[in-house]
Amino acid sequence: MSNDIKIKKGLDIKLKGGAEKTTEKAVISNFYTLRPEDFHAVTPRLIYKEGAKVKAGEPIFHDKSNEAVKFVSPVSGEIIEIERGAKRRIMGIKIQADKEQTYHDYGKLNVDAVDAETIKAHLLASGCWAFIKQRPYDIIAKPDHTPKAIFISGYDSAPLAADLDYVLQGKEAELQAAITALGKLTEGKVHVSVGEKSNSPLAGLSGITLHKVSGPHPCGNVGTQINKINPVNKGETVWTINPQDLVIIGELLLTGKFNAERIVALVGSSVKKPRYFVTKIASEVATMVYDNGVEQGGNDRIISGNVLSGKQIAPDGYLGYYSNIITVIPEGDDYELFGWNKPIFDKISNSRALTFSWLTPNKTYDLDTNMNGEHRNFVLTGNYEEVFPLDIYPLQILKSCLYKDLDEMEALGMYEVAPEDFALTEFICVSKQPHQKIIRAGLDLMIEEIG
Amino acid sequence: MGLKQNLHKLKEKYRGTKMAPAFNALHTFLYTPNDTAQGGTHIKSADDLKRTMNTVIMALIPCLIFGMFNAGYQHYLAVGDIQAVTNGFFSSEFWNLQNFILGFWKILPLVIISYGVGLGIEFLFAVIKGHEVEEGYLVTGMLVPLIVPIDIPWWMLIVAVAFGVVIGKEVFGGTGMNILNPALTIRAFLFFAYPTWMSGDKVWVEGAVERTKEIANGSTADAISGETILGSLAQSHPVDYSVLDMFYGFIPGSVGETSTLLILLAGLFLIFTKIGSWRIMLSATLGALVMGYIFNMVVDAGWITETSKFYGLMSTEFWHHLIIGGMAFGIVYMATDPVTGSQTNRGKWIYGFLIGFISIMIRVFNPAYPEGVMLAILLMNVFAPTIDHYVVQGNVKKRLKRGKLKTA
Repeated sequence: MSNDIKIKKGLDIKLKGGAEKTTEKAVISNFYTLRPEDFHAVTPRLIYKEGAKVKAGEPIFHDKSNEAVKFVSPVSGEIIEIERGAKRRIMGIKIQADKEQTYHDYGKLNVDAVDAETIKAHLLASGCWAFIKQRPYDIIAKPDHTPKAIFISGYDSAPLAADLDYVLQGKEAELQAAITALGKLTEGKVHVSVGEKSNSPLAGLSGITLHKVSGPHPCGNVGTQINKINPVNKGETVWTINPQDLVIIGELLLTGKFNAERIVALVGSSVKKPRYFVTKIASEVATMVYDNGVEQGGNDRIISGNVLSGKQIAPDGYLGYYSNIITVIPEGDDYELFGWNKPIFDKISNSRALTFSWLTPNKTYDLDTNMNGEHRNFVLTGNYEEVFPLDIYPLQILKSCLYKDLDEMEALGMYEVAPEDFALTEFICVSKQPHQKIIRAGLDLMIEEIG
Repeated sequence: MGLKQNLHKLKEKYRGTKMAPAFNALHTFLYTPNDTAQGGTHIKSADDLKRTMNTVIMALIPCLIFGMFNAGYQHYLAVGDIQAVTNGFFSSEFWNLQNFILGFWKILPLVIISYGVGLGIEFLFAVIKGHEVEEGYLVTGMLVPLIVPIDIPWWMLIVAVAFGVVIGKEVFGGTGMNILNPALTIRAFLFFAYPTWMSGDKVWVEGAVERTKEIANGSTADAISGETILGSLAQSHPVDYSVLDMFYGFIPGSVGETSTLLILLAGLFLIFTKIGSWRIMLSATLGALVMGYIFNMVVDAGWITETSKFYGLMSTEFWHHLIIGGMAFGIVYMATDPVTGSQTNRGKWIYGFLIGFISIMIRVFNPAYPEGVMLAILLMNVFAPTIDHYVVQGNVKKRLKRGKLKTA
C-alpha cells in the first residue's frame, strides 16, 4: 500500500510576502519572555523568584498538576519580572539575557543504548518534553501515557509558511537522534510526512515511516495526516512534534545543551524584505521586524505564527514557544462602502458570489485583518466540507461544542481534532463564527469532564 | 469621507444602547464594519451573510421583473385588449410598457409591504433581544411577493408576513435557528387561513375578482377567468397553453413562479456562485420526474381511466410537471434554504429527492389545491434533521467500529 496522502478538499491561501531563502542572524535580543499561555492547560508553578540567575536550559517553572513537566529558560540571565494578570495569573516570565551565554549541562545521551524510561526522564528534566504534544486535546503530552504512534509533519502548507526543507538543512544528525529517541517511546510507528516534491532532510532518516503529501492546505497539518494515516480512537493517544523542535531535542541528546536557537521566517505583506532569521525562542520580535521594512507605529498586526492559527502579539512582544514564523499584515480597521454587494477582486473567497478569486488561482493577495462582515448564526451548509478533508462533520461537531453535549462531541470525533484543523472553515465562514475558539472550548470542557 | 466619519461617531454613540442593533443594521448596509479578526484566524474570506443573501436576491430579480410584465400581460389578455404571444420568448405582446406599468403598480406595493412589515418585526426583535438584525429576511421578503396571487388584499399579506416572521422564525431565535422556511410559512398561513383567496380560478389574473363582483352586482361585462394550468389539470379541463408558453412563463400563476426559463437560469447562477445547493436542486428534479413517471406508467397500464378525478394530473407527461405551477420556483429558491434544509451533503440528496417525489404526489392526490411543492418542502423541512441524524450516525458508527477493531 502506498504511504502517500493526497487530499482534494482544502484551500491554498496565497498571500504576498513569502520569505526569500536567505537567512540572517537576528540582532541578539536583550530580553526574553516565556508566556505560560503558549502551553495550553498548564498552570505554571515557579521554581525561581524574581531576581534569580538562571542558565540556559535551566527549569524556571513546572506544571502544577505534574511536577515532572518542566519548562526551561531559553537563555542564561536574570529573571527580572513576573508579569501577572487577573487573579495573579502568571502572564509572562521576563529574563534579561547575559552577554556571555552559559548552558546548563544535561550530559550526552547515547540514544541507541538507553531504554525508554531514561529517555523520558532526560526529556522531562531538560524541558524538551514541552515540545511533545498529544491528541486528544492538543495539549502537552502526558508522560505516563504511551502513544500508539508519533506524527511529524515535515511539510507546512499554511499561508506563508516557513519552508521546512530549507530550515532543516544540515540538521540530519540532530533529527536522527531525536527520532531514534522518540521511536523508543511509542509502541507504534513514527510517521513523518514530507511534501510531494521536497528534498527534506527528514526523508533520509531511519526508523520512520515516510509519507508524501500533496494537495491544498491543510494537507500539511499534522491533524489531517493523522486522520488519513491512523486516526485517534477513544482511549488512544498520539503525539505530535514540530520538526524544528526535533532539532532542539536532538541537539540536547547529542551535546547535553538546551539550545533554543530556531530559524524563523519573517513574512507578510507589511514586511519589505521577508526572509529567514536565526533567533531564539521567546526573543523580542522587535529585533527582526522593524529593521526589515515594517513601519514603526504603522497600522499593522504582528502575529507569532501563521495568519490562520497564530497569536497576535504587541510590537514589543515575544516569539511564541512553538512558532517558527512571524507574520506581519495590515490591520483592516476601516469601513468599506457597499463592501457586501460590490464585486470583489482583491480578496480570497471560495464562493463565486461576485467574488472573483476563482478566476486567478495563482494570484497572491494582500489581505488585511478585516472581518469582511459581521458575526451571525450558522446559516450556510456544505461550504465547510469543501475545505475540510477530515472524515468528520465539521458543522455538526462545532454545534455539539456549542451546546456542550459531551457524548455527541465524543461520537463525532473530538478526540481527533485540534483547533488548527478548523482554521480553514473559520476563514471561509460566512457567519464569521470563531471555529477555533469553539473547538478549543469544547476540548477544554472534555479535559475537565472526562480528563 | 464625511459620511464615513459621522456614521462612525454615531456608532460609537449608540454602542451598548438598546438602539444599537437598529443603527448597526442601517450602518452595515452602507459600509462593511471596521471590525477586525480577534483570537482566531487573522484573515477572513470575502463572503459574509449579506453577500450570500444578496446573491439570492440578484437571482430573484429577473423573476420579479418578469412577474410584473406577466401581471399586465395576463390582465390585458383576459380582458381582450391584446393578442396572445406568437414570437417566442421575446414577443412584443408580452414585453411592452403597458404590461409592465400595470404589473409594476400591482407588485411594488406587495414588495414594500413584505419588506416593511417583515423588516419592521426583525428590527423590533433585534432591539428587544439585543442581537444584530440578521439578513435572512432580505431573501424571504423578496420571495413572499413572488409566491402570492397578484390580487391578494394587502391586509392579508400584512397579517401573514407578521405571522410568518414571528412564529416561523423569531420564536426560534432568528435566522439560522428556524425549522420551517419562513416564506413558505407565510404562504401556508395564507393558504390555510384564506383558502378561497389562495386557490380557484379568480385570483391569478389582475381584475378577475373585481370583475366577478361587478357581474354579481349586475354588470354585463365578460367574466375574467384565469385558471392556472394545475387548476385546469386537476379538474381535467383542457389546457390551451403550449409547452413553450409554460416554459417561458406566459401563464397565470403566483407573481414570480411562472417563468421556468428564468428560474432555470437563476438556478444555474446560484449553483455557479456556490450559494445554492446543486445537490438539492438536482435530486428534487429527479424526484419529481420519477414520481411523474410512475404516474404516467399507472395511466399507461390502464389502472386509471379518464373518468377518474386524478386522470388529468396523472396523465400529464412527467416532465411537464417541472414547468407548470411553482415546482421549479420551489426547487430552486425554497428547497435550497440552507437553514431549514438538510445540512449534510448526503442528506441533501435524500431531502431533495423526497421533496420532488412528494410534491408530485400531493399534486395528483390533492385536487382541491394541486400545488404540492409548498407542502412537500414544509414537510421535508420537518424531516431534514432526522435525515441528517441518520447520515451523521453513519459517520459515528464508522468511528466506533474503528475503535473496536483496534482494541479487540
